[in-house]
Amino acid sequence: MAVSTAQTTPPRQTSDRAAQLRRRRYAADRRLKFFGLAAIVTAIALLGILLGSLILTGYQAFVQTHVTIEVAIDPELVDRDNPASGNYRAVVADAVQRLFPEADDPAVLQEGSRIVTNGAQVILRNMVVGNPGLVGTTFSLQVPVSDPYDQLTKGVIQRDSPENRRRLNDAQISLYETLEERGLIETRANWALLFNADSRFPELAGLSGAIVGSFYALLVCFLISFPMGIAAAIYLEEFAPKNRWTDIVEVNINNLAAVPSIVFGLLGLAVFIQLFGLPRSAPLVGGMVLSLMTLPTIIIVTRAALKAVPPSIREAALGVGASKHEVILHHVLPLAIPGILTGTIIGLAQALGETAPLLLIGMNAFLTSPPGGIMEPATALPTQIFIWADSPERGFVARTSAAILVLLGFLITMNAIAIYLRARLERRW
Amino acid sequence: MDQMTNTRFDAVTAAPHNHSTHAKVVGQDVNVFYGDKQALFDINLSIGERQVTALIGPSGCGKSTFLRCLNRMNDTIDICRVTGKIELDGGDIYDPSLDVVELRARVGMVFQKPNPFPKSIFENVAYGPRIHGLASGKAELEEIVERSLRKASLWEEVKDRLAESGTGLSGGQQQRLCIARAIAVSPEVILMDEPCSALDPIATAKIEELINELRENYTIIIVTHSMQQAARVSQRTAFFHLGVLVEEGPTDEIFTTPKDQRTMDYVTGRFG
Repeated sequence: MAVSTAQTTPPRQTSDRAAQLRRRRYAADRRLKFFGLAAIVTAIALLGILLGSLILTGYQAFVQTHVTIEVAIDPELVDRDNPASGNYRAVVADAVQRLFPEADDPAVLQEGSRIVTNGAQVILRNMVVGNPGLVGTTFSLQVPVSDPYDQLTKGVIQRDSPENRRRLNDAQISLYETLEERGLIETRANWALLFNADSRFPELAGLSGAIVGSFYALLVCFLISFPMGIAAAIYLEEFAPKNRWTDIVEVNINNLAAVPSIVFGLLGLAVFIQLFGLPRSAPLVGGMVLSLMTLPTIIIVTRAALKAVPPSIREAALGVGASKHEVILHHVLPLAIPGILTGTIIGLAQALGETAPLLLIGMNAFLTSPPGGIMEPATALPTQIFIWADSPERGFVARTSAAILVLLGFLITMNAIAIYLRARLERRW
Repeated sequence: MDQMTNTRFDAVTAAPHNHSTHAKVVGQDVNVFYGDKQALFDINLSIGERQVTALIGPSGCGKSTFLRCLNRMNDTIDICRVTGKIELDGGDIYDPSLDVVELRARVGMVFQKPNPFPKSIFENVAYGPRIHGLASGKAELEEIVERSLRKASLWEEVKDRLAESGTGLSGGQQQRLCIARAIAVSPEVILMDEPCSALDPIATAKIEELINELRENYTIIIVTHSMQQAARVSQRTAFFHLGVLVEEGPTDEIFTTPKDQRTMDYVTGRFG
C-alpha cells in the first residue's frame, strides 16, 4: 500500500510547502526559547537590583565607628560591693573630660559628650557588673560613637554640604575632627548588630532579640505543624476513603494554604490571646499562628512525598503480610522523609519571613533584651525590620537593609539545607 | 459461556490426570469488577497442591486480576469488588472473619518488576519472619534468612554481602531475593505475576529452574506472557481470554490438543 502511494504522489517531505512549514516551525521553536530566556534574564535582573540596593544601603550597618575613651572607675562613684547601682553617668562624664583635656568650656564638653554613644553608661555598667575587679582601675575602651557622627564618618552626612542642611554644625564637626586627628576614631566590624538587642540608639541596636524570638517562634511552629501535618497527610493519603467528604477536606486544606496571613493573625489574636488568655507578644502565640500557615504546606508536601513512593514498595510489603501501619511506618514513610523534610524546611522558611500575623499578636514590641523563653515578650526578624523601617534616626536606614540581609541570609541557609537534604537523601528507583 | 466454564470446572476436578493432587486453591463463580467494569466472569478454577499452574492469555484478559484475588491484593484498590468464592484448603479467603495479614503470609507473592525493599539483603528476607514473629531470636532469624536464600539459589552469591542494599543486586538476583523474601514466611502458595518479564534470558532460565525446585514444597501459580515459559515450568495451564477462563488442563494438552478454538489460536500465535 505504501509503495502504491509513493508512486502516485511525490513524497510530501520534499515539497516547497513542507519546507516552508518546517521553517515556520523552527522559527516558533526559537521564539519560544527566546521568550523563556527573556523571562529568566528579567527575573535575575530584578533579583540583582533588589539585592544590589539592599547591599548598597545595608553594608554600612555591618561596620560601626568607635571612639577610644579612657575610663577610670572611681570607687567613690561605683561601690565595689554593689556595682550595679553605681553612678556610671559621672564615670562617662569623667571619660569625656579626659577625651578633651584642654577643654574648659562646659559647652564644648557638652558637645563632646554627644559624640560618645548614649549607651556608654550601660556598656560600662554591664562590664563592671560582670567584672567587679575593674572598680578602681583605669583602662581604655572602644565605644560606639553616636549615630550622627557615625553617619559623618561613613559619608552619609557630607562635610561639604551647606551647614543648615546637615545634622551636625561646623563646630561639632571640627570638634570631632580633633578626635580623628588624634587617631581615636576607628571603624570596625559591627558585631553589635547580631549580638545586641534592640535599642533606641541606632549605634547600639542589634538583632539578637529578634533572632532569638524568631527561633522560639519557629521552634513552636515546627513542634506543632510537623507531627500534625504528617499525621494528617498519612490519614488523608493512606486511610481516608475517597469520597465527597475527603474531597471537601482536601480542597479546604489547599484553600487554607492560600488564606492571607493577616487573617491568621486576627485568628490568633481572637482565639489564642483573648479566648485562651495566652500572653501577648509571646513567641508561643507567634509560633502557633505561624503553624496554622505552615500546616497546610506540610500536609501538601507530605502527601506528595507519600504519593511519590512507588506502589511496588507497598505491594512488596503487603505481599509478605505487613499490616497497614507496618507498610506505612516501616516502608513508605522512611522513603518519603527526604521530601517531607525538604517541604517542611521550605514551609518554615516561609514562616520565618511572615510579618503580618506577628504584628497583630503584638510581636512588634520595643524590647531591649532577648526573650528568656517562649512565654516572654519577643520580636521576630521580620517585625524587627518593620520597627526599624519605622524609626526616624538616620542610622536605622542602613540597619533596616542590614536586617533584611540577615533575614535573607537565614532564608537562603534554610533553603540550601533543604536542597542539600534532597540531594543527599533522595533515593532513585 | 457460563455453561462452558462450568463443565470445564467439573472436568478438571473430576479428571483422573496424573497430576490428580489435592486441590489447594479453588475458585467458584469468581466475578471481579473495577467500578462498573467487569474484569472477570464466573471463573471456576481448581489449583492442585505442589505443582505449577500457569495462567496465560493476552494482555487485559484478567489473569493477573485473578492472581491478585488469591491473596486479596485487590483489597488495596478501592473500586475493586470481588464476588463468588475462593477457598484455600477449604476455607473462604473472603470470609470477613479471615485475617488478611495471615492470608498473605500463607499466600506469598512475587511481582512483575523485582521490588526489593531499599534495605539490606538480610533485612529484605528477615522482614517477613520478624513481623510475623516466626523467629524467637537472632540466631533463628539468621537461620531462616540463610535457608530462604539457599532455597532461592541466591545464598552463594550474597552470603558475603548481606548488609548491602538489596537494590544494588542485578535484576535477576533482585527477583530471586524477592522469592527468598516470599519463602521466608513459609507460605503454602506462591503467586508469581510475570516474574521474568523484566529479566534477561539467563536470569529467566535461573528463575525457571528455581520454580521447578520450589514445586516440591509449594503450590505455585504463575502468570506469564511467554507460552514457552508456561510450557517449560508448569504442569497445568489455564487460558484466559476477555475475562473468561476458556480452558484449563494439563500443560501439554493445552499446547498440543486444546479443545477450544480460541486456545488453539492463541497458543499457535494467531493472536495475543
